[in-house]
Amino acid sequence: MTQPFRLENVGLINRDKKISFKFNGKNYYGYEGDTLASALIANGVHLVGRSFKYHRPRGFFGAGVDEPYAIVQLYRNGETEPNIKATEQELFDGLEATSVNCWPSVNFDIGAINNFLKIFLPAGFYYKTFMWPKSFWFKIYEPFIRKAAGLGVASIKHDKERYEHKYEYCDLLITGSGPSGLASAYAAAKNGARVILAEDKSRFGGTLLTSEVNIGNQSGKEWADGIISELKEMPNVTVKNRSQVFGYYDHNMLVMSERISDHLPKTKKFHPKQRLWYIRAKEVLISSGSIERPIVFGNNDTPGVMLSSAAKEYLKVYGVLVGKNPLIFTNNDSGYETAIEFKKNGVDPVILDTRKNPKSEIVDEAIDLGINIKFSYVVVAAQGYKKVKSADIAKISDDKEQLGVIENINCDCICVSGFWTPTIHLASQSGNKTKFKDDIDAFVPGISKQNETTLGAANGTYTLDETLKSSFETGHKLSKEITNKDNKISFPNVVEKKSTVHDKFWCVPLPKGKNYKRFLDFQNDVAVSDIEIALKEGYRSIEHVKRYTTLGMATDQGKTSNLNGLQLVSKIENKVVPAVGHTTFRPPYTPVSIGAIVGREVGKHSKPTRKSPMHSWHEKNNAVFVDAGVWLRPRYYKQDQENLFEGSKREAKNVRTNVGVCDVTTLGKIDIKGPDAAELLNRVYTNAWLKLPVGKARYGVMLREDGIVMDDGTTTRISENHYHMTTTTAQAANVLSHLEYYLQLVWPELNVNVVSSTEQWAGAAIAGPKSRDLLQKLFPNSDVSNEGLPFMGYMEGDLFGVKARIFRISFSGELAYEVNVESDNGNFMWEKIMEVGQEFKIQPYGTEALSTLRIEMGHVAGSELDGRTIPYDNSLEGLLSKKKDFIGKRSLTRKAFTADDRQKVVGVVPLDKKTSIPEGSHLVKDSNAPLPNPKLGYISASCWSVEHDNPFSLAILKDGKNMIGEKLFVMSPLKNKVIPVEIVSSHYVDPKGERVRS
Amino acid sequence: MLHIKCPHCGMRSQNEFSYGGDATIKRPELGKEVSDQEWDDFVYNRKSLRGKHWELWQHLSGCRQWIKVERDTATHEIFKTLKANQEIS
Ligand SMILES: [Zn+2]
Repeated sequence: MTQPFRLENVGLINRDKKISFKFNGKNYYGYEGDTLASALIANGVHLVGRSFKYHRPRGFFGAGVDEPYAIVQLYRNGETEPNIKATEQELFDGLEATSVNCWPSVNFDIGAINNFLKIFLPAGFYYKTFMWPKSFWFKIYEPFIRKAAGLGVASIKHDKERYEHKYEYCDLLITGSGPSGLASAYAAAKNGARVILAEDKSRFGGTLLTSEVNIGNQSGKEWADGIISELKEMPNVTVKNRSQVFGYYDHNMLVMSERISDHLPKTKKFHPKQRLWYIRAKEVLISSGSIERPIVFGNNDTPGVMLSSAAKEYLKVYGVLVGKNPLIFTNNDSGYETAIEFKKNGVDPVILDTRKNPKSEIVDEAIDLGINIKFSYVVVAAQGYKKVKSADIAKISDDKEQLGVIENINCDCICVSGFWTPTIHLASQSGNKTKFKDDIDAFVPGISKQNETTLGAANGTYTLDETLKSSFETGHKLSKEITNKDNKISFPNVVEKKSTVHDKFWCVPLPKGKNYKRFLDFQNDVAVSDIEIALKEGYRSIEHVKRYTTLGMATDQGKTSNLNGLQLVSKIENKVVPAVGHTTFRPPYTPVSIGAIVGREVGKHSKPTRKSPMHSWHEKNNAVFVDAGVWLRPRYYKQDQENLFEGSKREAKNVRTNVGVCDVTTLGKIDIKGPDAAELLNRVYTNAWLKLPVGKARYGVMLREDGIVMDDGTTTRISENHYHMTTTTAQAANVLSHLEYYLQLVWPELNVNVVSSTEQWAGAAIAGPKSRDLLQKLFPNSDVSNEGLPFMGYMEGDLFGVKARIFRISFSGELAYEVNVESDNGNFMWEKIMEVGQEFKIQPYGTEALSTLRIEMGHVAGSELDGRTIPYDNSLEGLLSKKKDFIGKRSLTRKAFTADDRQKVVGVVPLDKKTSIPEGSHLVKDSNAPLPNPKLGYISASCWSVEHDNPFSLAILKDGKNMIGEKLFVMSPLKNKVIPVEIVSSHYVDPKGERVRS
Repeated sequence: MLHIKCPHCGMRSQNEFSYGGDATIKRPELGKEVSDQEWDDFVYNRKSLRGKHWELWQHLSGCRQWIKVERDTATHEIFKTLKANQEIS
């Protein structure tokens, strides 16, 4: 099989290495160094897809990032990825790709009916269609559009590839390795600056790879190769290809995506597929070049119509002819360069130049080569459906309004050059207010907003000599300011062909009686007529026109369409282009894969996992774990085949009858020291703290300034000026910040230090009627009797040679203690407790049993202290000191907080004593009331009471204090449950609290 | 991502900090009688300025100090940073 459009001996591809690939199920081959696009064109394939809206045939328009529509679905190593530009995807062995937007196939496309039913899809069709009767949308449009539209299909499988993030700092970040990027990087590197040079493509050099220039007696490519190899050797320089700087964020933070493995058949072991670089640069040099813009004419989306610069790149870089009978349509000298390349390779082009009488070195060269040039000529329309077959051309009047007689000439491609648009996306993203440059008919960066400088073609400088000069100078100057070095570089001699001015012509008028579609935005199928409709319908702001017509949206971000769209609006509105202004450029400049954005923070790595020192013991003893914030905690310890319900019931029961032990390491702990520590506690807690003796603990509640409960816990006075505060697991970090806020900003006069000690202590709660007996055996030398260690007492003890803190506090409502040892001794403590506890029938218990115990005791916790409740709601009003002020106290006088029927925590029991109540259910008076049924409260926590052997819940209920004994209904529409219930006291077990003091 | 100069640690990335709101709000003294209006102004009412704004940040993953930052809320430009005990001038 030969490649009909491949030239011999031209291009930078490796002809020794053939690469086979598949497109739409058919086998082809290309060469190492090809892109999917260049290999397809070499094989004569120009039809790659269907357009987004009208499903018109689509070919290739560009040769790189500028490509609006050659988007394919890629298959690589068993994975699939949508939204891949064929012009950017490098060829690898076994590559498979398919067209998108085609159903059932690229050659027979049912959606092309849209093309004949244009009435359905004019400008604003999304808006208009959404407005239509709902039934139409759901039954007809959506299923149809869903099937027929889209830019590919995302995989729903787990992505096995690995993506990385990297943070980097540099003196100069240079975005693009064309002439300006290379020159500035070289000058800065020689001055000792830390430089990162990023190139989107696989090859360095940008336009130097395709332009006929001479730098210091070398070709452009030779010069670029020399500079790059020198830069690569320098320790202060990082040179990256396949790396797109796609976003410019605040404070000179830029993000770059590096495609490490996308060009390989499969990612190497331990390599990432892509890497996202977060780069903080002192200076940013934007050398992103320019993109050729099209001239708008009839059927200008026909496959075979493409940018003239792309045709040149396919020829010079890949040795591929985009056609053998090319028509060049240009308004400037660039089209001639492409024509000359064709001619030099034995292909006779025809040039249509909109200019009447251009005079320049390049034009002269084309004339000398005998190229057929027609001046004052335009392409009126391309002819051919799936590929250009001919072109209707005509002479155009000097005022560019009147077309002459239409002629038809044969051609197999139309290479268009409408002059150059600087790529100002990054500068604009940085906040640079761009300005319109009249002589190039385009916007360039204005005054820098951040530390960014735009160079070369991106700044509207289109001659090589000027570009190199300003780039060397800028690289030198900026690096000198950073490194204070002053290494001068000798400036090379530059030879380039002089060109003359372009013709400010961008759109061919429609011939009389013809209604050709003339496209502006090829990716989003926006034609001249769409913009005209939008303006007729009253849209004025360019931002509105953009959204209404979709011009310049999506992944393309208007790379080729922006300026022509503005020209059209300015013409109809009779305003100059700068008065119309351009839409905001938004990152990313090119699509970035979700994988790269997420990086390694996937699955269990999406957050840190914290484990207690006793974790391995729990594992060995069949713990079933649950996520508690970032902690992993045992939910229950599974015995035989028991489930969560059975297991937790067994554990809770054992606490009520014997003794249990629970890992409470995760509780937040804050060490508080200083002469004013008591005063601090007195201000942050609602109750009194000044008289707490050494060796005693106290329960406290802290509020936010708005009166809402923030957290609760016990704090123990370890010694005169030393306190140990505990917080809930979830609020530990917030409470510490809260204390630091008041100490640093509000009451700096308080002499107190706070520090987190959560990870320094391992904690075990020992609870149950036999807990004291066990404790006595654990600490035989301590007096742990009710007198020696009363409720809320504290002492230090010796646990078989290990120093321990013993607190007599209870969460379960049973006689209970909490033992803390230094984390390293946690496992030792746990094993000793289990060993010594054998004779008391000790069992470990998990969070589920812990919840059961606290719920049936009516102890409020996170599900009640949920950021919406005040102390009264939780029956904690007894802890509000009347004698002193504290954080949030003033807010408690608010009207809603003191209302007579204020909500309050209550207990809820199902009348049948059987049906479990789903958490989050609503409480209503009448289950048959019309919707919306007035809600009286909600179920905050549910358990199976082991004491009463029936379901029990806590609820926050309106007028809770007067509702005890009432019969209500629990409704859970989600679970489709209606349960008749009785409201009872929240203290369902031991309401007088005698056990903890026993 | 912002680059914030912690007066204690130097230039650090925004992701080391947490935001703490308006730095010019003064908490009424403890125990002092305050009107509903004064209290509401302290707890709830904020100006949501466009432009220069003194605000609090905590260097959470660094020195844990609360600092004062003068930032333009529209452009994100940071003009000045102060330690907690330095008065806004
Ligand atoms: Zn700091």
